[in-house]
Amino acid sequence: MSVLSRGFRRGRSQERSDGRLPPGQYDAGDGFPVLSAGPTPSTPLDRWDLTVHDETGERHRWSWEEFRVLPREAVSVDIHCVTTWSKFDTRWEGVSLDTLLQDAPTTARFVLAGSDGGYTTNLPLDDVTGGRAWVVDTYDGRPLAPEHGGPARLLVPHLYFWKSAKWVRRLTLLPHDRPGFWETFGYHNHGDPWLEQRYSGD
Amino acid sequence: MTEPAGPSDTTAARRLDGNAAAGALADLFAVDVTTARSRCPSCGKTSMLGAHHLYADAPALVLRCPHCTDVVLRYATQQGRILLDLRARLLTIPAPAPANESNGA
Amino acid sequence: MAGTALQRRLTWLTAQVRDNRSESPSVHRLVLDVPGWPGHRAGQHVVVRLTAEDGYTAQRSYSLASPPEEPDLHLLVARLDGGEVSPYLTDELRADDQVELRGPIGGFFVWSAAADRRDAQEGRRPVQLVAGGSGVAPFAAMLDHHRRTGSPTRLRLLYSASTQEEILARDVLGPETTVTLTRGVPAGWSGEAGRIDADMLRRRTFPPDEDPRIFVCGATMFAEAVSSSLLDLGHSPSSIRIERYGSSGEPS
Repeated sequence: MSVLSRGFRRGRSQERSDGRLPPGQYDAGDGFPVLSAGPTPSTPLDRWDLTVHDETGERHRWSWEEFRVLPREAVSVDIHCVTTWSKFDTRWEGVSLDTLLQDAPTTARFVLAGSDGGYTTNLPLDDVTGGRAWVVDTYDGRPLAPEHGGPARLLVPHLYFWKSAKWVRRLTLLPHDRPGFWETFGYHNHGDPWLEQRYSGD
Repeated sequence: MTEPAGPSDTTAARRLDGNAAAGALADLFAVDVTTARSRCPSCGKTSMLGAHHLYADAPALVLRCPHCTDVVLRYATQQGRILLDLRARLLTIPAPAPANESNGA
Repeated sequence: MAGTALQRRLTWLTAQVRDNRSESPSVHRLVLDVPGWPGHRAGQHVVVRLTAEDGYTAQRSYSLASPPEEPDLHLLVARLDGGEVSPYLTDELRADDQVELRGPIGGFFVWSAAADRRDAQEGRRPVQLVAGGSGVAPFAAMLDHHRRTGSPTRLRLLYSASTQEEILARDVLGPETTVTLTRGVPAGWSGEAGRIDADMLRRRTFPPDEDPRIFVCGATMFAEAVSSSLLDLGHSPSSIRIERYGSSGEPS
């Protein structure tokens, strides 16, 4: 028996007619909302590294300088946050996970991304290979700002944006799935915005 | 203690106090939990929930220990259900008064 | 915490809007009549819930700007352009409309004259309030409560506003208050100018040797800056209570 608020409406109802807006999303336009579940970590670049692990230990490690000279790609993609904003034609540069994971063991079927600050998110290997995922370190032609995940974040634009872990430092290859920070808290394990996979059970 | 963040850090600019989570948590706890005491699962220090750090703009409310910043509690409402991930080692909550009594404060 | 052994269950109450008036160019004062309101302490807040016809709801927290002695509840609502809730509250809501609210909430950021009478040792400690912008709302309740109860507790407020026009709750600001303006001062201004820093705190607030109970309320960056300056001046962390407010990822 809640009291109706005369004339009150859900805000932000910008829509698009070109079929690029997944169900339940709105166009954030020029805005780039920052959502964070904890303090922004600050790791100096001379202490930053990116590692690839499997169950037996570390397989690769790149320092910042080594990471910066890996083959790079520029991508322009649409991104979709589970809190219902979408942003179109975002421009990033970084290294494809095809490059970082090219000698993955044949037993590996999942990746668990781990970040400074303790955040984790899990992804099927098939979702992050084949030119569908990157570790990016620039946004819109500039170094990636800490609030947006700098110095480097994961970019997996075909899934909800919580899968694109900010401040990523470690990729762990696993034969079995291991749910991450939001996936253990009622959020969908896969997170496809076109299937509106927001919550577990969707 | 965490390092103070620089003025350009908009994430730090939006960190709140646990105080601001009490309205939402009342859906579950029925009472104001700002003066509830919570022992951190990570560093073991006890603080009032109202003095914890709250990150309220993520897909859920995330309460962190003011001493070590580790996650103490996650809370969300999704499609008519409430999700609670209570990691605090011990939560001591002032009990509600009988329903027909006011606290007369 | 003494005296908080039992507390009331929090339920949604229906508030009737008595008045919705401009307090400053960017802030409105909402005056609400809430049948069944159980009373509150100065410094506590409420959650306001709006419900759209399609069932969509939105909730926001606001400090109570009115003292326990005042039967109506007063909220100071800053309009955030592009927001979902605050423009509705400031521009759409009219007298006789209804909103739902829940409260009072917060047993940590409160000051009460009665508690100071009960605890003489605590009551001898002066109370220092430091506000930024609409963070003055809970202190408006404390100042008014202090005046109406004739409390002997020594109390001061240092209040940072952007411009003279943006000074809120003028009717309760008295000689205990120092206002500083951060975006220019008018001719003949006798208050402070510029942001609150350690030097201004040293000149305008109770010093550490008086062992004040300090309350800081404002946007998170303001609260962080003020509290770190207070620590630098020698105040102990346990004497400082902070209430931060901020917009979440989306405007309110």
